[in-house]
Amino acid sequence: MTAETTLKPRMVGQAIKRREDPQLITGRGNYVDDIKLTGMTHAAILRSPYAHANIKSIDTSKAAAHPGVVAVFTGADMLDINPLPYAWQAAGVPNNANGPRALAHEAVHFVGEGVAVVIAEDRYIARDALDLIEVDYEPLDVVVDAEEATQPGAVQLHENAPNNIVFEWQCGDKAKADDAMAKADMIVKERIINQRLIPTPMETRGCIGHYNGGTDEYTLWMTSQAPHVHKLVLAAFVMGIPEHKIRCIAPNVGGAFGAKIFMYSDYPLVLWASKRIGRPVKYMEDRSENYKQTTHGRDHITDVELGVMKDGKVVGMRVHTYANMGAYLSTASGGIPTTLYGRIITGVYDIPAAHCLVKGVYTNTAMVDAYRGAGRPEASYMIERMMDRAAVELNMDPADIRRKNFIQPDQFPYHNAVGLLPYDSGNYEPALDRALEMAGYANFRQQQAEARKQGKYLGLGISSYVEICGVAPTAWVMSEGWGAGLWESANVKVQLTGKVTVFTGTMPHGQGVETTFAQIVADELGVGYDDVDIKYGDTANTPMGYGTYGSRSLVVGGSAMKKSLDKIKEKAKRIAAHLLEANPADMEFADGKAFVKGSPDRAKTIAEIAAAAAVGANLPPGEEPFLDATSYYDPPNCTFPFGTHICIVEVDPDTGRVDLKRYIAVDDCGPQINPLIVEGQIHGGIAQGLAQAMYERAVYDENGQLISGTLMDYAIPTAAMVPHIETDYTVTPSPANPLGVKGAGEAGTIASAQAVMNAVIDALAPFGVKHMQMPATPENVWKTIHSK
Amino acid sequence: MIPSSFEYFAPTTVAEAVSLLQKYGDDAKILAGGHSLLPAMKLRLSNFGALIDINKIHELRGIHVDGNISIGAMTTYHAIESSDALKATCAILPEAVSLVGDIQVRNRGTLGGSLAHADPAADPPAVMLALDAHVHVTGPGGNRTIAIGDFFTDMLTTSLQPGEIITSITLNPLGAGEGAAYSKFPHPASRYAIVGAAAYVKLEGGKVSACRIGITGAGPKAERQASAEAALIGTDGSAEAIAKAAEHAGENMDVLSDIHAGEDYRRAMIKVYTRRALTAAVERAR
Repeated sequence: MTAETTLKPRMVGQAIKRREDPQLITGRGNYVDDIKLTGMTHAAILRSPYAHANIKSIDTSKAAAHPGVVAVFTGADMLDINPLPYAWQAAGVPNNANGPRALAHEAVHFVGEGVAVVIAEDRYIARDALDLIEVDYEPLDVVVDAEEATQPGAVQLHENAPNNIVFEWQCGDKAKADDAMAKADMIVKERIINQRLIPTPMETRGCIGHYNGGTDEYTLWMTSQAPHVHKLVLAAFVMGIPEHKIRCIAPNVGGAFGAKIFMYSDYPLVLWASKRIGRPVKYMEDRSENYKQTTHGRDHITDVELGVMKDGKVVGMRVHTYANMGAYLSTASGGIPTTLYGRIITGVYDIPAAHCLVKGVYTNTAMVDAYRGAGRPEASYMIERMMDRAAVELNMDPADIRRKNFIQPDQFPYHNAVGLLPYDSGNYEPALDRALEMAGYANFRQQQAEARKQGKYLGLGISSYVEICGVAPTAWVMSEGWGAGLWESANVKVQLTGKVTVFTGTMPHGQGVETTFAQIVADELGVGYDDVDIKYGDTANTPMGYGTYGSRSLVVGGSAMKKSLDKIKEKAKRIAAHLLEANPADMEFADGKAFVKGSPDRAKTIAEIAAAAAVGANLPPGEEPFLDATSYYDPPNCTFPFGTHICIVEVDPDTGRVDLKRYIAVDDCGPQINPLIVEGQIHGGIAQGLAQAMYERAVYDENGQLISGTLMDYAIPTAAMVPHIETDYTVTPSPANPLGVKGAGEAGTIASAQAVMNAVIDALAPFGVKHMQMPATPENVWKTIHSK
Repeated sequence: MIPSSFEYFAPTTVAEAVSLLQKYGDDAKILAGGHSLLPAMKLRLSNFGALIDINKIHELRGIHVDGNISIGAMTTYHAIESSDALKATCAILPEAVSLVGDIQVRNRGTLGGSLAHADPAADPPAVMLALDAHVHVTGPGGNRTIAIGDFFTDMLTTSLQPGEIITSITLNPLGAGEGAAYSKFPHPASRYAIVGAAAYVKLEGGKVSACRIGITGAGPKAERQASAEAALIGTDGSAEAIAKAAEHAGENMDVLSDIHAGEDYRRAMIKVYTRRALTAAVERAR
């Protein structure tokens, strides 16, 4: 070992700051709305003020004549654009699918649905001209509640969906679950509502379409989590453009939380319009449009029953859920309340018999699709609420009932009762123990009793969770209704000068992938961290990949990169052996050098090898020049991160105000590449989950108007509204990928809402409260107290 | 979020601003801090052909404490919350405005702008009612003074006449035996008051000799609470007396109901926050 290599610190495991941040926080990022093309026009979309109406006529003549307006189009002009496809169906059952069109044709089904587009010289002219379009609507009845929509007499949204049912999907063994319930000592029932949320990324969605008449090529700059998927879907399903004639580019993306995975009407619209007018067309949502027409999340109405024995053992579970899908089906919407929800309703518990029936339902509301956690927060919230609910009925400690039912370490790989892939690895009790220790649980109940005597209402909520991350393997997701693959890819190039460029098929938009991937490359190839660059986002120069969501960039994309790095090391050894006149079989690679086993001085550095490979004058016979490798990775299983979160609250009974006093998170996402980034993901995830418990609620009135339609009405927490978060970690590697990692992007969100609600409900126990619905706004808490 | 087009004027004197208001009539609007007006224009809930920006009229800014308190209409919340003179003579006001919106809002938003806009959930109107402020205005007919009790007439409506501009607000400093406090339940998103209670009390010889309570957020306009005030006057200001008086808060008052708080809840909170404001005000008066 030389001095140089021993001094090189190992990068993996270092809590270094994100390399992405300096440019973003100093205003030097490059977002879609920063991009200006020569001759670019601006689109504004006229949106339906009615939640359900027939369009009798549209008169665009005044708008078209307005100075500065280039063109006005309606849905009737765009019938050559297909309805947007429904790419993740509820598996194995009929799906009565209806996709939105680029613009509505003949009828509208939710407030905010696009009806006409004005394309003008600037954004202001385009907006002014919208007011000149005259639409004659025939308003129809409206339904916004998923359960009501299925009842007799409810207005029907689509002819092919009787009773507004999209699908009825089930998992688990109903007969077995019924039998278990019949034999249980007690059945605990509850109606649990998981309210609708609005994802609210800092950057709204938008796009620029550019059709090049010279080459017959389309380019789409877009706010995307999955540009390769967008390209594929636009080409193959929506517009019929040959796939090699369309290029999608996602520059910096300012947050997404799932909402930027999907195909939206404006993407084909701007491409189509650009071809028609012969100029680039930009469309950026304003915040009001984002709230009305970009996908929402959650919105479940669930009736759940747990069958429990007197000793706390849960023997059976039955779930019936209405999942509100919105007015049309968004791209992945069918998979969220089925595979990613129904198949994990039993959580961290060994519940031998369970059954889940999910009804997907159309309503006159914005489409619902994946939102951070996507199905798993709904499942985790439900089972964790019910474990507390059962503990109250049994007069049992909520920690004890969890311990009693945990899947045990020797049960992994664990097959649950609702047909999920086997849980890869886990050890749930140490995380619970650590969280209880951090919370001072041994003394808490006594403190709580004393506080109550003084009229102070303290509560403690426990949430032990498991989630499905690194969502893949392709064969499995296809069997679960997803219409394509979910593998990932990476091309790694070691340039002539020894600098490394990685092209990943993932699409980071806040996850810190540029930092973590570079840390891995630095260690694997023994190069400087600053000598590694991570590229993504442009379908013209990155290998095909399915994108960033489901806590999968590192798990699947990082593993693809690891495979490429291994190939590079193999090739480097072969070239070094040739240069050193050694036997290739005797070569090893470590610390940035290929060397002869037992003779570390007989070595070539990666830079020397890369130069030799790039010049190509002196290579082993048959060896191709250049040191690069491309790999595709499709894992054998998902990963199953887990942990326990605890929240402590105090409730003011006079006002119902909840004070978040402490928040403790013990998470296990496997080995950590960058603990600072993991910590950031946990913090952000918790903020979003506790926001559902405390603040956020999308509200439609009976006419289908979104009355929580601005940031003055829809409460996103500020930093001051999130408590100090105390974190710790356990480390249980996943056997499902070469890095052993489990993913951390969604854990905080999946774990936190129920920690808060269990705490609030525990605080309200003296008032006889056993359950209340989210969010625990002061009014809701006050009414809950006063209704007892 | 794209407003319609408008003409923009930036006069440097009140007289110039008044003449522009006369010229453009109903199509004109005064632009002060802009934190209420501009969002409404961006949503096209309001459309004005002419904006008259009075930020360059320097005579409208400033805090003068000299026997009484005079605050220029264009004085920002930030200037008020950081004024040592106000903290010493009228602590409720810097405390209350420190609860308005966020730092960005307080750097731009003005006391005069808030009163003229008369948002039913704004904080300053309740405080002004409790402090019995006077609003000084200039218009085509010259100067006049409006007692705060006559100022708010309905939701988003005041007794300002066409062409009139608020120039300053005057208050009496709080002396020995006087105390005032503001207690607020903010909406988590907007930071506007769902209920805000401002209370003023004067103690003489161990008895409450004067009391004024202003409630904002709950009804269509900020309002005094005559029966609660009367119930406290003459008592010793004890916790029991305050609790009894606060039970009268909200009487004879229209109360709003929306997705953030229903009428029942707002009525209950009027009482809770009145009690809290009165408790703090009495403590300060002692």
